[in-house]
Amino acid sequence: MQTMQTRKIPFRRKLRLGLNHFVYSLRHARLSTVIILIFLTVIALISLLPIVYVICNAFKPLEELFVYPPQFFVRNPTMQNFTDFMYAADVSTVPFSRYLFNSVTVTLVTTALAIVFSLCCAYAFSKLKFPGQKGLFQMITVALMFSPEAVVITRYLIVNSLNIIDTFWAHILPHLALPMGVFLIKQFMDQVPGSLCEAAKIDGANEIRILWSIITPAVLPAVGAVLIIAFQNVWGDMTTSTLYTVSESMKTLPYFVSSLTSGLTASSVARKGATAAAGLLMLLPNFIIFAVLQKSMIETMVTSGIK
Amino acid sequence: MSVQKTQQLPLGGRVKDTWRQMKESWIAYVLIAPFMICFCIFIVGPVLSATVLSFTSYDSIQPPVFTGLNNFIKMFTKDVVLMKFVIPNTLLFAVVVGPIGYALQFGLAWMINKAPRKMKKPYIMAIYAPSIAGGVLISVVWQVFFSSDRLGYLNDILLNLGVINTPVAWTQDKNWLLPIMMLVTLWSSMGVGFLSLFAGMQNVDEQLYEAGKIDGIQSPLLELFYITIPSMKPQMLFSAVMAIVNALKSGSIGVQLSGQNPTPNYAGQLIQSHIEDYGFARFELGYATALSFMLLVVTYILSRVCFRFLGTKEGE
Repeated sequence: MQTMQTRKIPFRRKLRLGLNHFVYSLRHARLSTVIILIFLTVIALISLLPIVYVICNAFKPLEELFVYPPQFFVRNPTMQNFTDFMYAADVSTVPFSRYLFNSVTVTLVTTALAIVFSLCCAYAFSKLKFPGQKGLFQMITVALMFSPEAVVITRYLIVNSLNIIDTFWAHILPHLALPMGVFLIKQFMDQVPGSLCEAAKIDGANEIRILWSIITPAVLPAVGAVLIIAFQNVWGDMTTSTLYTVSESMKTLPYFVSSLTSGLTASSVARKGATAAAGLLMLLPNFIIFAVLQKSMIETMVTSGIK
Repeated sequence: MSVQKTQQLPLGGRVKDTWRQMKESWIAYVLIAPFMICFCIFIVGPVLSATVLSFTSYDSIQPPVFTGLNNFIKMFTKDVVLMKFVIPNTLLFAVVVGPIGYALQFGLAWMINKAPRKMKKPYIMAIYAPSIAGGVLISVVWQVFFSSDRLGYLNDILLNLGVINTPVAWTQDKNWLLPIMMLVTLWSSMGVGFLSLFAGMQNVDEQLYEAGKIDGIQSPLLELFYITIPSMKPQMLFSAVMAIVNALKSGSIGVQLSGQNPTPNYAGQLIQSHIEDYGFARFELGYATALSFMLLVVTYILSRVCFRFLGTKEGE
């Protein structure tokens, strides 16, 4: 809360400075730059439009949602929609808070574990030597293009045979192996000079200690990037809910949101605002995390190349 | 050092030597173990079992029966829907979302790179944002945008302009579903690959450009081809792989948008939804995994092609 308040004024000033800068650079730029800027602005607006639209809809009162002709921006913002979808969930068997609880738990545990696993694995590949290293890493590089969607059936069969259907494990375990995580951290780690580790080894530190107190602080940007990717991977994923769980009380937020949308026919139009509100709720954590960590994301992407 | 030694040793000695090395580096195996176990179970496992099951007939109740190439023969001879709708749709979709999406990413990254320094961040944020909103959000946003009644934005705009006279059910219309799917996927595809391209471009050595200017490279296009692209090949390869993955991942977008599988008149039926249709609706798991297997093979070949063109050769 405190950070929000302290940031508010500088942000406005920043915005004004940014706009001034924009106008200034437009005046002094070459024609080609101006064309590029105009084009980019159009594209940026197009790509933001649907998101702004969801945000507006989430705060629209009922009469504004169904006014004809449809209005894009909200006039009298209300929180009605947010309370609405909580009640909508009350009508079903499981309260909204249960979906939220499931989602938060699963996301936290999975993201944390996926980061730790990736970090340990990347350290071994980047700084240690062991037989089979090259082959295994090549396998991970190939797995970068693995999309779980392609083998959805056999994945289901495996989850089924592990006897974890309808448990939290069914949400967590399938997301833990993140080849992209290992890959990004490893590439970033390759830049950290090995002499640092050697020095620590001479001082008597063991591998775990080196990893924790020397390497990890040095690769924090990559950890941030993997956090974004792992988080998005789990938070918005619906397959685990639809395929690997049966009871309503084990399902997560994306499933709930999509169950609101799937009824988006004439009979359940009243849910339109509630859906937008729920969608906004899903979107918000993603945005906050990306906004906070975007610098480390771009820093990491510099080393993301495949050689 | 040890490499030279192993080359001279006989086979038995080599095995022993490797074993000794493995024992010495046990800590490395402990460190990779958690990831590798999950990796084998949830990534390698499904791929291998899909390979095996694709040669069987399996309905998830009876144990699988080996049927040789039957599934593949059926794929090419009996599955009319696959040949008539799914493959053409998938090819068209993949070409638009893959190469064209990739070119778009590259173009945008290049333009942002040309923008004044302070402007870069907002543009990056704005263009990357949709990929954050992937998954469920796609249907929340776009279903309403393309809504079939007068309240849908697209319908409203077109009705006002007089282009159409009655509201169109965009996502149920067999002529419109596929283009809409492509548009929506392109919208949300500016993700990690796009950031990688941008970061790679940012990181090209300024001195190279200066040297290029001295050597007479003046137009920005020449600069792009002779300096920028060669210096950022690794990032280009990475984002090409991401583009392929993205084209595959979005396979069920048609089902999400239209709300039904199979999609209306199979207009938006991609290989992904076809697999799910056979696997989870008809329980022909053997055939469905055969389709998965083909999909994996095609993906692998495509990525090899990318590696061929963009991979860094020895000594480069």
